[in-house]
Amino acid sequence: MNSETLDTLDTYSKNKYKYGFVTDIDDEKPKKGLNEDTIKFISLKKNEPEWMLNWRLKAYSKWKKMKEPKWANLSFPEIDYQDIYYYSAPIGFEKKPKDLSEVDPKLIETYNKLGIPLEEQKVLAGVAVDVVFDSVSVATTYKGELEKLGIIFCSIGEAIQKHPDLIKKYLGSVIPPGDHSFSALNSAVFTDGSFVYIPEGVKCPMELSTYFRINAENTGQFERTLIIADKGSYVSYLEGCTAPKRDDNQLHAANVELIALEDAEIKYSTVQNWYPGDENGKGGIYNFVTKRGLCAGKNSKISWTQVETGSAITWKYPSCILKGDNSIGEFYSVAITNNFQQADTGTKMTHIGKNTKSKIISKGISLGKSQNTYRGEVSFLRKADKARNYTQCDSLLVGNQCGAHTVPYIDSKNNTAVIEHEASTSKINEDQLYYCRQRGLSHEEAVSLIVNGFCKQVLQELPMEFAVEAQKLVSISLEGSVG
Amino acid sequence: MFLEIKDLSVKIENKNILKGLNLNINKGEVHAIMGPNGSGKSTLANVLAGKEDYEIINGRINFKENDLFDLNIEERAQEGMFLAFQYPVEIPGVNITPFLHSAINSKRKRMNEEEIDNLSFAKLLKSKASDLGINIDMLKRSVNTGFSGGEKKRYEILQMSILNPDLAILDETDSGLDIDALKIVTDGVNKLKTKDNSFLIITHYQKLLDYIKPDYVHVMVNGSIVKSGGSEIAAEIEKDGFQKFQ
Repeated sequence: MNSETLDTLDTYSKNKYKYGFVTDIDDEKPKKGLNEDTIKFISLKKNEPEWMLNWRLKAYSKWKKMKEPKWANLSFPEIDYQDIYYYSAPIGFEKKPKDLSEVDPKLIETYNKLGIPLEEQKVLAGVAVDVVFDSVSVATTYKGELEKLGIIFCSIGEAIQKHPDLIKKYLGSVIPPGDHSFSALNSAVFTDGSFVYIPEGVKCPMELSTYFRINAENTGQFERTLIIADKGSYVSYLEGCTAPKRDDNQLHAANVELIALEDAEIKYSTVQNWYPGDENGKGGIYNFVTKRGLCAGKNSKISWTQVETGSAITWKYPSCILKGDNSIGEFYSVAITNNFQQADTGTKMTHIGKNTKSKIISKGISLGKSQNTYRGEVSFLRKADKARNYTQCDSLLVGNQCGAHTVPYIDSKNNTAVIEHEASTSKINEDQLYYCRQRGLSHEEAVSLIVNGFCKQVLQELPMEFAVEAQKLVSISLEGSVG
Repeated sequence: MFLEIKDLSVKIENKNILKGLNLNINKGEVHAIMGPNGSGKSTLANVLAGKEDYEIINGRINFKENDLFDLNIEERAQEGMFLAFQYPVEIPGVNITPFLHSAINSKRKRMNEEEIDNLSFAKLLKSKASDLGINIDMLKRSVNTGFSGGEKKRYEILQMSILNPDLAILDETDSGLDIDALKIVTDGVNKLKTKDNSFLIITHYQKLLDYIKPDYVHVMVNGSIVKSGGSEIAAEIEKDGFQKFQ
């Protein structure tokens, strides 16, 4: 790497996180710390039935006996669970507002600034949005239109009230509360998130999207999302996230469960842009997320696409349990780490049914002093005849102080399984930079172009409306160390 | 003077490559530099383009009233210098259309000209491509990725015709081309030639100069120009090789 490249990388290190503002709004919180009273407070605020409260308390008693998983390639100080607020809501949100005239204008302004207008006439055409601010869902757009098709798209809090049968049947069915400590924690204190149900045979005509925003200080966000695609249905869902710039680390521990029944397909895309911390590694979100999809029925399909650019720490493995015969699981990932960010991300594909197929495309880009790990587990159970997996992991290093790691596990109990694995690690190529610059592109433009090219295979999996945004985000995250 | 190279000495990793090289090029002229392998031809091309691996020990270069050493790689390109590479590098995932579109606009920006919009650019690219016999399908592929040697060279000429440089340096563009490809490439160059732009053609063989008529031919040996003249020199080299110049 020559001196000019290093200079440019150096100037990259002025972090430009443009979503770092704070909305000054009165909020309501319980006391800091986690105990049964905190959980009762949350449940009461959400006006939940008793079975829900009991479900939470059970998860809490499991959590108390558990330890955090430690196998990831991450280092961070012990999380003090008693120093966190577990619920924060703008005042006046005991009941979700019926329409925008009941919403504090400051909130509407916040979302306008984030580029997520809540007024329906202004929203992205063809995208229905559920907006979660700290612990509550603020607004859901296009609801009426979806209801006509029998599609349920609302906050999980509302679903607990209105659709208890679906919640009782499916909540925790893919990620049991006792799975690991973060799932137990989430199950005990989850506040809001989205709920989607697509009825049999319905192809959801628009993208469904949830936008998560952490605003309040010292507050954890524990969202819970549940998506059920009934027989022969289809849905494409996208989530986005941002948070203000703060010096303290904040905890985000989400659980997302997907269930695809026979012939159903769920496409789940994430653009994760939580505050990553500053160029010295101060502040930023700790993002401990559990995402798991169950291909329950024959010929079902679940596809995860993620663009992970934010967070001080990312711990996240969107996975698929391929139970139905001929079911398909896919995982497409771009993870960019910069400055002192650490990411340990990947997927788990568990082949149970016959002729099940999975595909993993992971692109990791490390800059600055960051560490970026792909961790994956592909397993074939005894009855998974003729199952196949294809895995491709590529890492790109920019600069000489960062790290890229690949940890693939493969476990096959069926000798008809076909497994392909390709991996590469490369440094950003000086000859490519020279070539681009000789055509008149600046050094920064050239880096951004080459990295975008490197990620293209994944970015093109995103819904059209977001692919362009994601490309811009990739460029900005390079600036994140790329000024 | 359009391009003036004065007493240029350059080394790389403690090895002297160029040794007191002088060369002047005026507007509208075509110059050819011929020389054996290792004589420093490609080094000259890369030093002109601004590649950073070289150490300039002595001399200066003026280009269009600028001290060339004050400009970095992209500024030189934006000022109208174009290097057609001997070995164009592959850039996977980067489509030629947005790539060249950004390139042309960064040049226009520097010249305080209005940027060209998507649609006009797409039209321009298509028409230039068809002039050079480049299939439209090839425009959908990533820059140089999976191209044959001949395709890569044609792509270089396509980029050159889009960026319309004041000084085009062709570094062994003829190497690896069959006769049909050579015709297409040289046709492209000849079409671009005006009284306002100049060409510096670096080559090993005389063949290329059958298709592009140079105003001057220079013989480069061991890091400096040992003889300059008209196209008769090229014929001389073809007949007797470089031996007698060494």
